[in-house]
Amino acid sequence: MLKLPIYLDNNATTPLDPRVLEAMMPYLTEVFGNAASRNHPFGWAAEEAVDYARDQIAGLINCDPKEIIFTSGATESDNLAIKGIFEMYAQKGNHIITTTTEHKAVLDTCKHIEKIGGKVTYLPVNSEGLIDLEELEAAMTPQTILVSIMYGNNETGTIQPIREIAAIAHKHGALFMTDGTQAVGKIPVDVQDDGIDLMAFTAHKMYGPKGVGALYVRRKNPRVKVTAQMDGGGHERGMRSGTLNVPGIVGLGKACELAKQEMAADAARLGAMRDRLEKELLTLEESYVNGSVEHRLPHVANISFKYVEGEGLMMGVKDLAVSSGSACTSASLEPSYVLKALGLSDDLAHSSLRFGLSRFTTDEQIDYAINHVKEAVTKLREMSPLWEMFQDGIDLDKIEWAEH
Amino acid sequence: MAYSDKVIDHYSNPRNVGTLDKSKKSVGTGLVGAPECGDVMRLQIEVDEATNTITDAKFKTFGCGSAIASSSLATEWLKGKTVDEALAIDNMEIVEELALPPVKIHCSVLAEDAIKSAINDYRVKNGMPELEMAKSHH
Repeated sequence: MLKLPIYLDNNATTPLDPRVLEAMMPYLTEVFGNAASRNHPFGWAAEEAVDYARDQIAGLINCDPKEIIFTSGATESDNLAIKGIFEMYAQKGNHIITTTTEHKAVLDTCKHIEKIGGKVTYLPVNSEGLIDLEELEAAMTPQTILVSIMYGNNETGTIQPIREIAAIAHKHGALFMTDGTQAVGKIPVDVQDDGIDLMAFTAHKMYGPKGVGALYVRRKNPRVKVTAQMDGGGHERGMRSGTLNVPGIVGLGKACELAKQEMAADAARLGAMRDRLEKELLTLEESYVNGSVEHRLPHVANISFKYVEGEGLMMGVKDLAVSSGSACTSASLEPSYVLKALGLSDDLAHSSLRFGLSRFTTDEQIDYAINHVKEAVTKLREMSPLWEMFQDGIDLDKIEWAEH
Repeated sequence: MAYSDKVIDHYSNPRNVGTLDKSKKSVGTGLVGAPECGDVMRLQIEVDEATNTITDAKFKTFGCGSAIASSSLATEWLKGKTVDEALAIDNMEIVEELALPPVKIHCSVLAEDAIKSAINDYRVKNGMPELEMAKSHH
């Protein structure tokens, strides 16, 4: 029997892999030491576990284990990277380049930077969600200290041309940072080949626990340093104070090890499932994929269904746990700024659904999802006066709607 | 957001979805709202001229569950009412019946507007003066 609702919101968070939980368990109970306690076996055991996790993580992204700074998650990593670089490299310059489709953890940090005297360029994206490399190059100035552009987008899955971006940043003497939250563990991310100087990522998007993440900070060619944003005991080479979350770190390490082993097979399986879901849903008239189809994370699909309203659609797909293009952060519904940056109108942004598949998603669940969404969209369109007008060939843009 | 059972019932089993022939003199059509605001309601009534009674009502709504439920409920209430009785329907009656939360009161306002707009369309078609629409809700 299929258990409802079906969880297809894995870009928000993933379930914990039982193998990760198993690895963590001892560190929640008998191995409880503080990794910074150097004087007794309790501390040594904890430190050993942390070091092992560092190796597992380094193995996934191809870095030196010493280049991993543990944090509470990707939001903290983004903050530490951007604010830390801004402070550390203040003598070199005060300009940062990012994009309009970044996660709020980057965008709002950049807004903070602007408030404290920094300059930020927000590059637009095209209809596929990709930046224009020439625009990036044109935006570079001698004062540019950091280019911060996400690896894969959380709403559409669009993957930016990371290597080309890194090359442009380096050519102009700037560092390149990427928010790798959605990409790490899902597609091959190699900080050497990709030319990444700093990278934020988190455990709970790759079947690890919530509340733990990391910032990769390059140590060689060039040696990068960030000013600590948390003062205290000088943990993590002075860049992030605070007692290490040993069970969480063990979980992140195990999640990275599993990702390295299973990524290729997972990506192939999920990619095929995602493509099937998408192909079936696109048989509905007036449905559109948002973001790049070519450059995309394998487990993500974002589709708009014209002439149905977003909230009504969410109510219609109640058996699925998915996200919509409406950010229901308050009583008023705001259409997704990411989809709007791609050029979508408010109503098309509202009527979009984001599907995020996981290692635990089954073909049976996808079959159910396909039928459920098709039924909901069809039923809502039969009820929609806009759909009827569209069918009758009426141009909706030419109607003078009563404002209210 | 938690919807009331009545909203869920109207959303799942909407009453009187459909289209009346708007070219008929006896049919009044109201189209209110705007796509970018997230709600468009079309409400139609068919009026028996002799008795001034609404014999049929249909709706189509682009909107959230509360908007669909408000218009569905409105069509149920309209059938059998005289035009004057229909004009007296207040949006707060819809709010109460469907237990709409404050953020969804605009859905009931839209339904009331749709009723009045349909009646006006019927009046104009039949040589009666247009009624002043109360704009206080907007």
